[in-house]
Amino acid sequence: MTIPELFDSLDYGPTPESPAEALAWIESRGGIVGPFISDSWGPLRTDHDLRNPATGAHLAHMTQCTVEEVAAAVAAARKAQSKWAALTGHHRARIIYAIARLMQKHARLLAVMESLDTGKPIRESRDIDIPLAIRHFYYHAGMAQLMETELPDRAPLGVCGQIIPWNFPLLMLAWKIAPAIATGNTVVLKPAEYTPLSAMIFAEICQEAGLPPGVVNIVTGDGATGAALVAADVDKIAFTGSTEVGRQIRRATAGTGKALTLELGGKSPYIVFDDADQDSAVEGLVDAIWFNQGQVCCAGSRLLVQESIAEGFYTKLRARMETLRVGDPLDKCTDIGALIDPSQHAAITAMVEANTEGETFRSTAPDGCYYPPTLITGLSPANPLMQDEIFGPVLVASTFRTPSEAVQMANNTRYGLAASVWSENINLALDIAPKLAAGIIWINGTNMMDAAAGFGGIRDSGFEREGGWEGLRAYTKPANPPKSTAVPKRPRATDQIAPEGLDRTAKMYIDGKQARPDSGYSRVVHGAKGKLLGHVGDGNRKDIRNAVEAAAKATSWAKTTGHLRAQILYYIAENLAARADEFTVRLTTAGIPVKAATLEVETSISRLFTYAAWSDKLDGTTKDVPIRGFVLAINEPVGVIGAICPPEMPLLGTISAMAPAIAMGNRVVLVPSDIFPLAATDLYQVLDTSDVPAGVVNIITGDPAALADTLSKHMEVDAIWSFAEPALAKDIETNAATNLKRTWITRRDWIKSGEGRDFLNAATEVKTIWVPYGE
Amino acid sequence: MDTVPDQTTQLPLAPQARNPGMGLDLDWIGRVQANTSAIERRCATLPGRRSIKKDHQAAWLLKAVSCIDLTTLSGDDTPGRVARLCAKARQPVRPDLLAALDLPNLTTGAVCVYHDMIAPARAALAGTTIPVAAVSTGFPAGLSPFHLRVAEIEESVAAGAAEIDIVISRRHVLTGNWQALYDEMQAFRRACGKAHVKAILATGELGTLRNVARASLICMMAGTDFIKTSTGKEPVNATLPVTLTMLRTIRDYHQATGHRVGYKPAGGISKAKDALIYMTLIREELGRDWLTPDLFRFGASSLLTDIERQLDHHVTGAYSAARRHPMG
Repeated sequence: MTIPELFDSLDYGPTPESPAEALAWIESRGGIVGPFISDSWGPLRTDHDLRNPATGAHLAHMTQCTVEEVAAAVAAARKAQSKWAALTGHHRARIIYAIARLMQKHARLLAVMESLDTGKPIRESRDIDIPLAIRHFYYHAGMAQLMETELPDRAPLGVCGQIIPWNFPLLMLAWKIAPAIATGNTVVLKPAEYTPLSAMIFAEICQEAGLPPGVVNIVTGDGATGAALVAADVDKIAFTGSTEVGRQIRRATAGTGKALTLELGGKSPYIVFDDADQDSAVEGLVDAIWFNQGQVCCAGSRLLVQESIAEGFYTKLRARMETLRVGDPLDKCTDIGALIDPSQHAAITAMVEANTEGETFRSTAPDGCYYPPTLITGLSPANPLMQDEIFGPVLVASTFRTPSEAVQMANNTRYGLAASVWSENINLALDIAPKLAAGIIWINGTNMMDAAAGFGGIRDSGFEREGGWEGLRAYTKPANPPKSTAVPKRPRATDQIAPEGLDRTAKMYIDGKQARPDSGYSRVVHGAKGKLLGHVGDGNRKDIRNAVEAAAKATSWAKTTGHLRAQILYYIAENLAARADEFTVRLTTAGIPVKAATLEVETSISRLFTYAAWSDKLDGTTKDVPIRGFVLAINEPVGVIGAICPPEMPLLGTISAMAPAIAMGNRVVLVPSDIFPLAATDLYQVLDTSDVPAGVVNIITGDPAALADTLSKHMEVDAIWSFAEPALAKDIETNAATNLKRTWITRRDWIKSGEGRDFLNAATEVKTIWVPYGE
Repeated sequence: MDTVPDQTTQLPLAPQARNPGMGLDLDWIGRVQANTSAIERRCATLPGRRSIKKDHQAAWLLKAVSCIDLTTLSGDDTPGRVARLCAKARQPVRPDLLAALDLPNLTTGAVCVYHDMIAPARAALAGTTIPVAAVSTGFPAGLSPFHLRVAEIEESVAAGAAEIDIVISRRHVLTGNWQALYDEMQAFRRACGKAHVKAILATGELGTLRNVARASLICMMAGTDFIKTSTGKEPVNATLPVTLTMLRTIRDYHQATGHRVGYKPAGGISKAKDALIYMTLIREELGRDWLTPDLFRFGASSLLTDIERQLDHHVTGAYSAARRHPMG
């Protein structure tokens, strides 16, 4: 076109970023990528063919690492770990700082390679992915520097296996590797089979930065290589990817004692209230669902608009969609690039085509692995597209009438990763944020991320946080872990009966009331010498069902003030103290010596005080992120916690599980010691007289293994703790995969190390709330 | 590649029908929202989202030249100074460069002066179609007696100004007296008669982006042809967030009434690169149709020099120097 023609058309014209340097980089390395183990490359094989999703052109070949090659990588990491952890924090900090600097120096190469490999627009890899990845290393260089002074009680986990997805290859690599090596772990990382290229550049950067061999190892391959890594001799698996694979990993690691971080899928709500800045909310959607072709786990993919403004809002949104430019990822004017693979295109197409409801609007996309920005309005929550993750540039929308209905609809999902709230009313926005079931809330914004702020979800979106101080928890363990204790032997029954005065009937404690066991059966309780001391109900799955239902209903406990929860815990302690002698005697009938029984009761009272104290003191924090605004990290209750109490110390064991859980606003279903449940059933009257609201504490006696099985499979249970026989762990953690409930398996000395931060952490989830401001 | 074909781009642009205005709709004003952080984010990421290179960039810069209100608003303006400015408006870019770029007859959008300089400007522009714009209504503060401000418009129109840049009473915005602002704008528009009117909001003095949005809408409801950011005399003049806020009200007004209102950022835009960013924002938010002198102007003086240097570079391949381009 001539200049006068362009003067009229004012087209943007092509502005391609050259792939030449990135392609030359691949060429100069022989055109094959493969494992990086202990500072050396290979073996390099042509097992896989890597293609540019935008063009289908061949980029490189890739090795599919075998079980043996994965084992070699893990062995290299194991060998390097103690030396790496033994370096000073400052030494580690210097190396991580050097990695950050080198990434900055190679920023454009990394960005172009990322776009070639993933099909994402160069604008995003250049302005978002790579800078955020670099920021992550800078931030964690600081964490390495500060670890000795600020986290003196924490130690590295050891060797971490890390499996990352194809949507943000380098950024996810940074999120995984930076906190791990900052805290003295060594890693074996498996990039996604579609997108290993930026990780290869990163490996060279590690060498240049002087990272000791074996600290960062990379294995390449598909899911089979990933499965080999999960099964290998690692201390932790950190996985970002689909909920389905997350479940498989949960099952595969069940009972192994491997730590686990899962960042999984989402169907994040994007709520627009009638007083929102609608144009900004429309623009926000561009960053929410049309960022990275919608292939984002935290994408605001479920639009909920207040009914009174919906039509006007949709009109604005459709107009905005018309100006989105879909095409060549390397063109600097491209908003939406190529999907990762034709199979992804087929999957999205199938989901959208299966839908017959609502009104579908789409703008245009070129042929090939491109999908047009799509908006489907008028869907109800019952529509599969409102429930299932599409992982493409498809926005589904529905309307709500009131703020409470917005919350209801937003939370009507299996997932719980992120949520956006748009309103100019600070009261409304800050009221809604805590009510949303998600790990990350953005007020008047979306997809904001930073190394200083925790990222991660609840429910089927996974668990643990990445980023910030809370992210380090997932890569460290107590420097002096509590010693595991042996499970006591069960008394052998005799036919003797201990004379005990008037017969008492211990039932279940459900919804603030004593309830007969559904089974109609009782279990005999024996003293240490085998004497029959009494009976407790033999709880079954229906008792668990009833208890969980009561616990789930008692939602107001979570919203009550820490002060009030403290008052009630103090009151429990007060009432327990008033009956201390009675409990001591009760414990002695189980064969516990008087001195030990007295100590157990006294410690129980002290423990209640500890958590009464904590009720209003587990403060949230504000994060220093590079925006004008607040980023709040608040500790929210996990929800309904099922706890299998230790068989020993029947009173203290029960209190040790109950008190931290309810102090933080959770509701509990406790399965007390099966050896001597009477100490727990005696608590009913203490709870009744202490103003504990109905449903907050529920106690089901019976066979721990059977009850744990039901509890750990229950979809309404958000976390399960097991302080009982370690043998239960495998079943519990396998079952926990159903709804990805958090699990905590521990055995310890309940007098010496039965309280503290570990318990508080298990009882809370960090919710990160982004509140940009400005007028 | 442009995947969203714009059907209108190849058509000759018809002269704009003027905005007749509408009744004062206070409900609409009450609904106005502007989230500063979100608006700033949009502005901050925009330059990374669109890039214009080579011939396209040259064409865009030439378009920018055609949209410049070449301005002198100084107490020491003289007929000679204004004549020099007008000569530059007639020949904004060196003839050899314009010939190379195949747009030999390019001029700026207008010349913008104080009332007393209208006559010299008219004389200097004789034989061209370049309009003379006059700032008016007690520019820049707008605090002279109302009847004098109206009379000033009438005198400037009588003196041959084709465009009148009025200043609004900021106090009406700051005190929420929307009716007074509406009435004032209507009176100014009436006084302009056939001359087009640009409403200067002095956004740097309105305190908030919401006020900017409200004032923009009121002026449009009262029939302004253009909304303009600043006098150039406020501490903060045109900015991208203010621009985005005003563009969105123009879009809403168009959506609601079908009338197109023009936009003029003024003050502080002195680099070719900045001009491209402003134009990109307009193309993205309002569409190609708005990038015409009928609906878009830059209020600028030094911007032209930087554009000339960029065009010189485009034609010759070598970086240029200011002294090689005739001053205005």
